[in-house]
Amino acid sequence: MDKPWNNKAWFMVLPVLLLVAFSAIIPLMTVVNYSVQDTFGNNEFFWAGTDWYQEVLASDRFWNSMGRNLVFSAIILAIQIPLGIFIALNMPRSGWGVSVCLVLMALPLLIPWNVVGTIWQVFGRIDIGLLGYSLAALGIDYNYVNDPFDAWITVILMDVWHWTSLVVLLCYAGLVSIPDAYYQAAKIDGASRWAIFRYIQLPKMNRVLLIAVLLRFMDSFMIYTEPFVVTGGGPGNTTTFLSIDLVKLAIGEFNLGEAAAMSIVYFLIVLLLSWVFYTVMTNYGQER
Amino acid sequence: MARIECNHIRHAYGANPSSPKDYALKEVHHTFEDGGAYALLGPSGCGKTTLLNIISGLLHPSHGELLFDGRDVTHLSTQERNIAQVFQFPVVYDTMSVYDNLAFPLRNRGVPEADVDRRVRETLEMTGLADMVRRRARGLTADQKQKISLGRGLVRHDVNAILFDEPLTVIDPHMKWVLRSQLKQLHKRFGYTMVYVTHDQTEALTFADHVVVMYEGEVVQIGTPAELFERPKHTFVGYFIGSPGMNVLPVSVDGSNAKLGSQTIELPGAPKMAGAGAIELGIRPEYVRLGAAGMPATIRKVEDIGRHKVVRASLEGCDVAVIVGEDAEIPADPRIEFDPAGINLYADSWRVEMGG
Repeated sequence: MDKPWNNKAWFMVLPVLLLVAFSAIIPLMTVVNYSVQDTFGNNEFFWAGTDWYQEVLASDRFWNSMGRNLVFSAIILAIQIPLGIFIALNMPRSGWGVSVCLVLMALPLLIPWNVVGTIWQVFGRIDIGLLGYSLAALGIDYNYVNDPFDAWITVILMDVWHWTSLVVLLCYAGLVSIPDAYYQAAKIDGASRWAIFRYIQLPKMNRVLLIAVLLRFMDSFMIYTEPFVVTGGGPGNTTTFLSIDLVKLAIGEFNLGEAAAMSIVYFLIVLLLSWVFYTVMTNYGQER
Repeated sequence: MARIECNHIRHAYGANPSSPKDYALKEVHHTFEDGGAYALLGPSGCGKTTLLNIISGLLHPSHGELLFDGRDVTHLSTQERNIAQVFQFPVVYDTMSVYDNLAFPLRNRGVPEADVDRRVRETLEMTGLADMVRRRARGLTADQKQKISLGRGLVRHDVNAILFDEPLTVIDPHMKWVLRSQLKQLHKRFGYTMVYVTHDQTEALTFADHVVVMYEGEVVQIGTPAELFERPKHTFVGYFIGSPGMNVLPVSVDGSNAKLGSQTIELPGAPKMAGAGAIELGIRPEYVRLGAAGMPATIRKVEDIGRHKVVRASLEGCDVAVIVGEDAEIPADPRIEFDPAGINLYADSWRVEMGG
């Protein structure tokens, strides 16, 4: 416990602290402020204590959105992570194919969220959309406006199209950093394709996979723009995820206190789940 | 174990080799005898690793064929050739224990678990890893990891050959000696055919019975350590082996005399030369005498390296290194003599015989 104390260090981190304060802590505190008060406009506030929190935690509406969102994130991770690894494993390692693949992979990532939503909204329409029209022509009953199942399929396909590339690029970066000697040694040792994946590629991708899982979980758990543009949360409430619900509550119904309380709960859940993922994945395989 | 024949093997990394320059391996025609301990010695980029990878099947040669015990294996995969190879940098399977790392090549080949256990324990014993059986390979030191790599090479008893690609590069000097002598013992005990790639002459000379010296994609000499030292076939061998390397001096030849500037050096015999190329005289610093008799020289520098001194002298404008005893006096009027037993003559860098 002979750590030298050097208070100069505080000056060094001060700029960052200020930046984070203005960009995150102060806005968050205003939300905390709203969540413990009630207002009827006119800038008049009444102390509400934990009433809003109790209301949020007791409401079916919140838990239903939460359930939908958890299912959505689970499906997204279950599809995008394996698919991303699979594509990365099959991408070329040298030659002109590398740049072609990288550009193709990066394209969806460069398109803004609302544009992606619009693309898929049009793409899925039965009257003019390529996907909707083709499916209808094949005699398949597909209508994302009326059918909850079709709406879910559309939103999931859209997210897979938009974000799998991120997982691919991360995994690819992990794969190309593995020295050739590992593959040569595996050949000498007579390892099967599966064994190479299991004992060389997967352990070496561990780090980037952690980042991929975290990013994809957080993004999909906070998804707003794309489903909002495509389905607007419908049909009914079937694609109303937490953030869509939150916006409805705050802007649509002008229920600022409850929306603020919901934001805080939402934030804590994202934080907790991210921490769980991080801890589990960094500790996996370390001990024993 | 097998006898490995390289039959006019050439290799180019580019697609369409046109000139000899495009070949990483110009032409190798050589047989590694069953149970021999060979070292491939040469500077970086001379093609020794290429040759090793061709033998193990990680590379397929552009031309020529490879035979194991007379059987053509040129187009077989690494697995079918049944070769063990140890690489320069330790390759370990991070997520496995030390034990599982060694068991991996056996399990991949469907060896019964009882045999796996017996052989892995034997190998752990040999490589001195017995006390860390259950440890995870991750987090071990570089030389422990390299021992695991070595162990994976030694654990299979039925291999045709064990190939080493500069395996001791990352190991501490004192561990190098230990591991090298262990390899030597294993060779004596089990009679593996071993091929050891290195650019370190000490390593090559202490490990191998036969040293294959390579230079710019060609084998320039194959011989015992003594042969390489006494009768280097190529000036490169003379220069590369020995510390300091052989002195190479441009001379002209007249009968059984060589002329270096205004000095005349008597040769052990008349050289049997076909054409007239650039002629050089090679003599190792060990065979040069510094004393009161001989050709006048000037001394530029004396390096004391412990067991002996290296004198850097200048003779007729050419640099000559001389090895003298630790306690030897450096004369005030230094003169140099060449011991005829140590004189070699080279035409266009290749050694020419001299008649007695």
